Amino acid sequence: MQFIVQGYPAYAYTGGRPFDPALPTIVFIHGAAFDHSVWQWQSRYLAHHGHSVIAVDLPGHGRSPGSVRATIGEYAEWVAGVLDAVGLPQAALVGHSMGSLIALETALRHGPRVGKLALVGTSAPMPVSDAFLAAAGDEPPVGLEMEAVWGHARGVQLATSAIPGASLLSASRRLNARSKAGALHAALEACNAYRADAGKLKALAMPTLVVAGKRDQMTQFKAGKALADSIPGARFVALDAGHSMMSEAPRELLVALRGFLG
Amino acid sequence: MANSDPKTPHPDTLAVHGGQSPDPATGARAVPIYQTASYVFPDTDTAAALFNMETPGHVYSRLSNPTVSVFEERMACLEDGVGAIATASGQAALHLAIVTLMGRGGHIVASASLYGGSHNLLHYTLPRFGVETTFVPARDRDAWARAIRPETRLLFGESVGNPSVDVLDVPAVSALAQQHKIPLLVDATVTTPALGRPFEQGAHLVVHSATKFLSGHGVVIGGVLVDGGRMDWVASGKFPTLTEPYDGFHGMNFAEESTTSAFLLRARREGLRDFGACMAPMTAFQILQGLETLPLRMQRHIANTRRVVEFLSIQKEVERVYHPDEANHPDHELAARLYPRGCSAILSFELKGGRDAGRKFIEALTLFSHLANIGDAKSLVIHPATTTHFRMDEEALKAAGITGGTIRLSIGLEHPDDLLEDLARGIRASQK
Repeated sequence: MQFIVQGYPAYAYTGGRPFDPALPTIVFIHGAAFDHSVWQWQSRYLAHHGHSVIAVDLPGHGRSPGSVRATIGEYAEWVAGVLDAVGLPQAALVGHSMGSLIALETALRHGPRVGKLALVGTSAPMPVSDAFLAAAGDEPPVGLEMEAVWGHARGVQLATSAIPGASLLSASRRLNARSKAGALHAALEACNAYRADAGKLKALAMPTLVVAGKRDQMTQFKAGKALADSIPGARFVALDAGHSMMSEAPRELLVALRGFLG
Repeated sequence: MANSDPKTPHPDTLAVHGGQSPDPATGARAVPIYQTASYVFPDTDTAAALFNMETPGHVYSRLSNPTVSVFEERMACLEDGVGAIATASGQAALHLAIVTLMGRGGHIVASASLYGGSHNLLHYTLPRFGVETTFVPARDRDAWARAIRPETRLLFGESVGNPSVDVLDVPAVSALAQQHKIPLLVDATVTTPALGRPFEQGAHLVVHSATKFLSGHGVVIGGVLVDGGRMDWVASGKFPTLTEPYDGFHGMNFAEESTTSAFLLRARREGLRDFGACMAPMTAFQILQGLETLPLRMQRHIANTRRVVEFLSIQKEVERVYHPDEANHPDHELAARLYPRGCSAILSFELKGGRDAGRKFIEALTLFSHLANIGDAKSLVIHPATTTHFRMDEEALKAAGITGGTIRLSIGLEHPDDLLEDLARGIRASQK
């Protein structure tokens, strides 16, 4: 689906069904140097089970043109713009990694417009090591390899994939490799600089779910748990997976999301 | 976020462990043979979700099977591809690649130096279904460029041609493919990922006959198609099978569904589903037994081949040896650049005395087996002009580098001294 956000065309996958604003809507937000297709399984399932789905390509990613944004706050305003563009007063937000910070910040800034909030592979703050930042800026191939390898559980190639016949690591490498020059570095800088307003965090009113991977090498499991603990009433689900839970544990993540989103 | 260097297993480790967890049901360390046609659905909703690709999993063994998936994932890891589809044979893998990309009116540019079975498919059979192929000399880049038409949808060659042992300049042909926004498919049967990885050289798709070096024991027929995930089908605009809604699967737009794996989605959901040339689980299990030792075996294959090439090249009864190890081979430098660990355990040579000498030579051998295969642990010999390539006319034979006196050898894992002794016996007999 194509629409206009902040004056620029934007693209979102709608889960293999036409977008219907009359249904409860879920907005899926991908992470650094990825696109909508990371949500392939969860978005398609929920679109066929009573929801409308908007799995966005963030600006400057995938099929959405424009510039990548420098801060999580700018992306949050863009997500609010997506809701405006499709005429939705409210939607559930599901974000992964950088996308989880975008979803969180959108909820902090535009609370009533976020009916439910699901944060997958998350921490706030989300510190990025100097080595990773430097590589993403100065040696993009090295930075992209760090993104792909640390984006999965250690030894992901030495395990049977949940998706028959797929190499999750190689697929991630190829999707990361399609990102615009500088997109990864900009995303990592935005994640590293982001700070959630602690006061507003405690006042978050919408139902919130945090899903953390026990073998996450990118955002630490205990940091995800800490974030869940800092949001009143937040549900916490632990999965036996690395950072890329959408493909490493697609069925288990779906169970968690389905139980939360209805 | 993490602080240490990103670490991934070496290819030798991937060959042993890639794509395999201990069996979740039993803890079995070996890959279990899931000898089943179908899988029980826990409930109707899960069944519907599996059928509609809303959740991943196994439905029916024509589409996927847990034992076969281990082989597919191991190959995807070894090639650094986004995924793979195992097929009933190498020919089925080639066919699956082609029919996923094009239909009537499609055109292929292929190296003239191909396995005879591939030549048959492209030259004789596919034209009946409206897909034409232009064959070009593998080394003639200008010929590749001239043969590309607006309707060309694929460039195809073998990493190392069989039996002339010419080396495909994958980076050069890949540059043409990228210029025309079409994929390059490489049959890497002879080289295997142990000697070179075509995606790193610029290929977009790879097929193997798994019957050969991948399994190494010569007891099964199988193939595999691997997608590098590097082709931008949307930007190309030439592949509606991947970028437009498919009525045969609920209007699915494969490139929208998966940015990097659209090709494999279509190949599995259409090609395997409808043509049905899937791999049996027992076959996958047997291939996996061999695949575990692929890196070790290829070292020995190459070392033995070097001994044989050196031996044949100094025999006065041998007119010419075709192998890139030979300094006078036209691809000597290219092979050293693309395949520094060695490029081929296949070689061919010409005996003085032509076809008659060849017959005497083959019949005198006792260790080499006279049969139609390559890549076995056992050393093999054949006369291509009367067997594997017999449907080719004289012109096509010449283009493939084959004469009446060409003998093809596939060098196995025996002790090299025993191989040389057998060859010496055959050479003596050939001149009587």
